[in-house]
Amino acid sequence: MPHVVAMGGDVAQFTGGQAEFDVGAGTVAGFLRELEARWPGLGDYVGARMAIAIDGEIFQDADGAAIGEASEVCLIPKIGGG
Amino acid sequence: MSDVLDRPEAGEGEGFKSVGTRPIRPDGIEKVTGRAAFGADFAMPGMLYGRIKRSPHAHARIVSVDTKKALALPGVKAVVSGADFPDLADELVEGGEAASSMRDLAWNVMARAKALYEGHAVAAVAATSPAIAEAALDLIEVTYEPLAHVIDVEDAMAPDAPLIHDHIFTAGLDETPKLPSNIARKHQFVRGDVDGALGAADVVFEGRYTTKAVHQGYIEPHACVASMGPDGQGQIWSSSQGHFMVRTYCAKVLKLDISDLRVTPAEIGGGFGGKTTVYLEPVALLLSRIAGAPVKLVMSRDEVFRATGPTSGGVIEVKLGAKKDGTITAAEVTLKFQAGAFPGSPVGTAAMTALACYDIPNFRIVGWDVVTNSAKTAAYRAPGAPISAFGVESAMDELARKLGVDPVDLRAKNGARDGVRAAYGPTFQNIGFLESLHALKQHPNWHANLGPNQGRGVAVGFWFNVGGESTAAVHIGEDGTATVATGNPDIGGSRASMAIMAAETLGIPVEDVRPIVADTASIGYSMLTGGSRTTFATGMAVVRAAEKVIENLKARAAKIWDTTPENVEWSAGKAYCLDTAKGEQKPLTLKGLAAQSARTGGPISAEVSLNAQGAGPGFAAHMCDVEVDPETGHVTVLRYTATQDVGRAIHPSYVEGQMQGGAVQGIGWALNEEYIFDAEGRMENAGFLDYRVPVASDLPMIDTVMIEVPNPRHPYGAKGVGEAPIVPPLAAVANAVRDAIGVRIPDLPLSPPKIRAAIDSKAG
Amino acid sequence: MSKIHVTAVVNGDSAEFLTDPGTTLLDALRDELGLTGSKEGCGSGDCGACSVIVDGRLVCSCLMLAAEAEGHRIETIEGMAHGGDLHPLQQKFLEHAALQCGFCTPGLLVAAKALLDNNPDPTEEETRYWLAGNLCRCTGYDKIIRAVLDAAAVLRQERRAA
Repeated sequence: MPHVVAMGGDVAQFTGGQAEFDVGAGTVAGFLRELEARWPGLGDYVGARMAIAIDGEIFQDADGAAIGEASEVCLIPKIGGG
Repeated sequence: MSDVLDRPEAGEGEGFKSVGTRPIRPDGIEKVTGRAAFGADFAMPGMLYGRIKRSPHAHARIVSVDTKKALALPGVKAVVSGADFPDLADELVEGGEAASSMRDLAWNVMARAKALYEGHAVAAVAATSPAIAEAALDLIEVTYEPLAHVIDVEDAMAPDAPLIHDHIFTAGLDETPKLPSNIARKHQFVRGDVDGALGAADVVFEGRYTTKAVHQGYIEPHACVASMGPDGQGQIWSSSQGHFMVRTYCAKVLKLDISDLRVTPAEIGGGFGGKTTVYLEPVALLLSRIAGAPVKLVMSRDEVFRATGPTSGGVIEVKLGAKKDGTITAAEVTLKFQAGAFPGSPVGTAAMTALACYDIPNFRIVGWDVVTNSAKTAAYRAPGAPISAFGVESAMDELARKLGVDPVDLRAKNGARDGVRAAYGPTFQNIGFLESLHALKQHPNWHANLGPNQGRGVAVGFWFNVGGESTAAVHIGEDGTATVATGNPDIGGSRASMAIMAAETLGIPVEDVRPIVADTASIGYSMLTGGSRTTFATGMAVVRAAEKVIENLKARAAKIWDTTPENVEWSAGKAYCLDTAKGEQKPLTLKGLAAQSARTGGPISAEVSLNAQGAGPGFAAHMCDVEVDPETGHVTVLRYTATQDVGRAIHPSYVEGQMQGGAVQGIGWALNEEYIFDAEGRMENAGFLDYRVPVASDLPMIDTVMIEVPNPRHPYGAKGVGEAPIVPPLAAVANAVRDAIGVRIPDLPLSPPKIRAAIDSKAG
Repeated sequence: MSKIHVTAVVNGDSAEFLTDPGTTLLDALRDELGLTGSKEGCGSGDCGACSVIVDGRLVCSCLMLAAEAEGHRIETIEGMAHGGDLHPLQQKFLEHAALQCGFCTPGLLVAAKALLDNNPDPTEEETRYWLAGNLCRCTGYDKIIRAVLDAAAVLRQERRAA
């Protein structure tokens, strides 16, 4: 089961303090749906406001990206440059 | 972990013909002859001239705006204020790089109930001449009720601080506060047990550092021409870092349909993040709609300083814990950043990058985003990262002294490498941090002797680099030359890199490729130029479009040879027939196929839109030698060395240019630049005389070393390079000054009076 | 107040225009004569983006009134190339990649030309101090200085050959 670590403190507000958890999804889109189902509002929040790092690679707005069975998933705030 | 010597030198690609070479940039002639058209160089028939009236108060209620007298002045065709703009709900919209609050943006473009900083736009006019527009401004009667203001970040956080907005309740706390404040958000990143590890450490160092607000300092002021007809169709010519962003933001602020706006990008005279938003365009469009004529709106330098986003000034508190052998076991970083009049300082990215160069098992990074009565901050090259790096890298320098360890060795020992979990979360792969660091010691400058009053400082830095949405089109002309169209304004020479990548892929000379930047109606959507993304993401789209063209060409060759595309190979600009059943077939050139395009299926063209992922992060290591004049406190930069993991230098000259330009902006930030406010909250140095950016006589040559650790996710291995170079210089310079005078000055800029005071305090 | 009639020689050609008394030479060049190569970066003579040469002397055109141009010889960036032939400074700027956004480039080229017209063999230090009045935010000046010194060498060579 892919393991998720949320950085930054925003996610904990939805999950009641939990910053690490396992999910079952195989794509980012499925992952967001799962988050929304388990903690209402979180899926939308993560989709709009956060970037998702899968096995070290950062994805922003990439709902089709695949999440492997043993993937390390990290949620970080979206990054803007200058 | 490989040694730096195993990595190929910049330029030694795998037999590349164009990648890694230094052709003259395709838009170069226009730029050196003065023919290139920047934002203020455009005119339309019947054009009016716009001017903006700005608040003289740092914080005030706007009681009334009376435009009657201004409207009555002959030659004035339109006058607007906040009441003429639509009301917006608080909505987050993608358009720039991170989601922006559209309501905040709209209120920044034109004040509503309150003026929130000196320079905040409160009204605007359009008239038949600049002189009449200027005169009309004086006839607009604005009644203000001045309020107490606050600019210093810690003052703004105090419980009794003047309240700037009554709808801000600090986000990111365990419990949302009942009362509003100026503290918009708390960011927090935690790993392990930092308190326990600090308690157990052999050596602890603690330091407090401060920086002042600095401006991106682009030489070209904001400028646009906008034209909106009675049918609601609008055209904008403007210099920005993203014309699609301009379209989106104007549509949102004025509640227009995106498809009704067409934005043509002018050449842009510098941005560095400061032109990733809009100030003038919605105002010019509205004036134009009312006046029934095009409106030109250009900022003066004074307006640029007072009314456009600088980056934050801030406080950085750092505590480091280490074992005697130099292993850093714990780090605590607290950041407090000015956001300006609306939330959204770069404290979040500052927090994420603060420890990104290191492998530290226990840390806590807290960042506070605080509104202040100063211009809303805008992105500035690696937003936030230079500020947190200044604190962390100054503290690292002091820790090295405390441990008796060489400053480069301390960083190498604790440095990030492949397989390390980054401080901001994901695991690093294909990074070149240690290589960049080692390159410093291998540079001849490392062995330069230091004399009296001279010192050396080193510092490192990190930036994420992003990918994002880009569209590129490749069209083959009937003569076999190629046009490459993208939607990204060229701020640093990216056209040259697009041409190189297209030429390399197609196998044709780079002189046969013409890159252009197309307007919003002529190319698919592209995210703006920023975040060090263009060579990576737009380059990827260019390569994919060129690859589609090649597939198309192979299909045509196959038809000509009466075989299948699998039997056709494309190499060095030609199609080769691999089907032995067809006998000896002369290869078909791109030129030859183009000439026959009508007969083999029609025009040869491909457009690719993608959302590029897999941007490789940038690591930089800098070394600075200075001499301090003990009598005047003046600092001379003697030598400056910048090393960086650049992935692959597509056009090495422009990669070097990014490294040199970023380093020099950082040197200015360290030594001279700052916003100076008077007691009323008005900027005192809103011009280039007293806002002192580096000039040619301040600097030596900037020596660069490009390390190539190719990014496997980009067709040619490119990583973003533009932002990492501004991250190390603040501390590199500060550490050098510390080395030279023997005293740490923790507050930037290191202006001569501060240095004199530090020297005097040491003597006394 | 009625406009002032000005006649001057601009880039070798006779030029005539009408101007308000308070209009700067920079604005007259850009708006009356259509020579938009000279740029306004600051309007206060601190950035050099508006640099022109008046009777052989380097001047910030934002600090000069258009009316003051009467009877004088003015050289702008538009006059630096001859037809299709670039001035060696322009050529070297391109070869050395001495420009990124290109906004400061016209002013820098004019200022560098004024330097080499007066001092054909400047040292690096002399070059840096001469160009200290031309701000560039993109390049850090390294490649600019190299380009100017390289162009100086080319011009000295051309003079020897002539």
